[in-house]
Amino acid sequence: MKSIPENLVCFNTFEADESWTYETYRKHGGYDAWDRILKGELSPEQVIEEVKASGLRGRGGAGFPTGLKWSFMPRLQPVQKYLVCNSDESEPGTCHDREVLRKNPHALIEGMAIAAYAMGATIAYNYIRGEFMEEPVPRFELAVKEAYEHKLLGKNIQSSNIDLELHTFVGAGAYICGEETALLESLEGKQGKPRFKPPFPANFGLYGKPTTINNTQSLASVPSIIRNGAKWFKDIGVENSGGTAQFSVSGHIERPGNYELPMGTSFKDLLELCGGVLGGAKLKAVIPGGSSVPVMPAETILGCTMDYDSLQKAGSSFGTGAVIVMDETTCMVKVLRRIARFYMAESCGQCTPCREGTGWLYRMLTRIIEGQGELEDLTKLVEIANKIEGHTICALGDAAAWPVQSFLKHFHHEFEYMVNNKGRSIVSVNDEVTV
Amino acid sequence: MKTLSKHAKEKIDLLCERFPEDRQRSAIIGALHIVQHENTGYLTAELMNEVAEYLSIPTMQVYEVATFYSMFNTLPVGRHNVAICTNISCMLRGADEIVDHVEKKLGVKMGESTADGKIYLKKEEECLAACCGAPMMMVDHHYHENLTMDKIDKILGDLD
Repeated sequence: MKSIPENLVCFNTFEADESWTYETYRKHGGYDAWDRILKGELSPEQVIEEVKASGLRGRGGAGFPTGLKWSFMPRLQPVQKYLVCNSDESEPGTCHDREVLRKNPHALIEGMAIAAYAMGATIAYNYIRGEFMEEPVPRFELAVKEAYEHKLLGKNIQSSNIDLELHTFVGAGAYICGEETALLESLEGKQGKPRFKPPFPANFGLYGKPTTINNTQSLASVPSIIRNGAKWFKDIGVENSGGTAQFSVSGHIERPGNYELPMGTSFKDLLELCGGVLGGAKLKAVIPGGSSVPVMPAETILGCTMDYDSLQKAGSSFGTGAVIVMDETTCMVKVLRRIARFYMAESCGQCTPCREGTGWLYRMLTRIIEGQGELEDLTKLVEIANKIEGHTICALGDAAAWPVQSFLKHFHHEFEYMVNNKGRSIVSVNDEVTV
Repeated sequence: MKTLSKHAKEKIDLLCERFPEDRQRSAIIGALHIVQHENTGYLTAELMNEVAEYLSIPTMQVYEVATFYSMFNTLPVGRHNVAICTNISCMLRGADEIVDHVEKKLGVKMGESTADGKIYLKKEEECLAACCGAPMMMVDHHYHENLTMDKIDKILGDLD
């Protein structure tokens, strides 16, 4: 295996004992970019152009080019503008934002500062999921305090005429709040129900004011881009996928963990880096980007590189970079039912196709597992999924549909076997009906 | 009737400072966390009403939030909150067996509290973003990763 450079961007302080402190961050070139901005060396336009040129794309799952998103903000409009960081990490399989918050919070703070400056926002919120309240939240807040103490945040920072107040907001458990307009609703103290778009947040966001929402990893990648240049970042990755990505590798894997690697790393190399499939078992399937993206059979993903284009071409998606590995003993029907349950539980209930459809999917899959399924259910499952997809306000409906479509496409025989054998899984070693 | 403590009010005041004037509705989630914590893990109608009154907002706005987010309990629950993640990454690493083990050990099903009011076994928990440490559970906001049955027994045994 060729050697793959690790921890080049957001994880670059991780080698230090206390990777999260201000001193450590400084030693790694931290706040150099912000210092330059505070000295007036970089205009907002230059920052946006640099981020555009870096090829950075939103790491929250959608992969939208970050610099382009920033350029949508009406920067010169004389109204309050907001920057919001989305640390509501809750896509199943994904756990790298937690790493950034716990182990390198200053990279996020500097990234938020640079982003806010580029878009003319003077108030920024970091929306962190409620379950992170014991460790990641205090770690992040301590770093914010350090940043204020070192006069890197506040009013007229170091006489630069730049203002930025940065606050933490702690959520309370709702996957849907990772959807950017639901997150804004939640920040306003409401139920996290996505807004109909347009208008987009850049025009009508938090409290009706221009707002941009970026993911934790996207923002924490920005300081290194400004510090080292767009080209440096872009060249780490591959065409259409600049820089590094944080892969949360979980499931049947020898060394689960968060790996920050260049975009375009081959799946084979990633697997090898993680020690291979748990216990040397045979690989069956991989969900490459969090539970919402289509599942991939082993033979397909083994030929892929981990970047936007390659995974899309192979019928899946980069998503959040959460790689869920499943070995040959995995019952795909049960996995799909667990995924279906998740979307049923997390549907906000606004749109009928999603609210009702996710429940139908879960209950039909349960029926199959309990031995009451019929073959026509398999067609029905896909039909329901197709009727949810594209017919809802937000992407949760699509996210509920894709797993069903892809599991049935690639592992139809497992579902068929279970229906024909009254709930017995194709992988079960005994005759027990396992529920 | 319970009343908002002075401490809770001070903390809510600090929260409100983070938001623009007249946007105190944004403080509901934070305020509910504060009062739920003080009330050993659950909210009562009285507490929600008082939060609404203190923030000068309609009570319905507080109820809406309290019933939407999974971290808020609007019925009495045991004082220790045990939430076992059963989502895919944890499921692949044995979460279902862990749930069985804990249910047997505590003598309650998920979504129930033990009779002595000590432990609330949260209804099926969704992904808590610690997938690389699967299987995992959260006990009173603390993450416990790479669980084994022995580890779980010790964690639960240490609860007072």
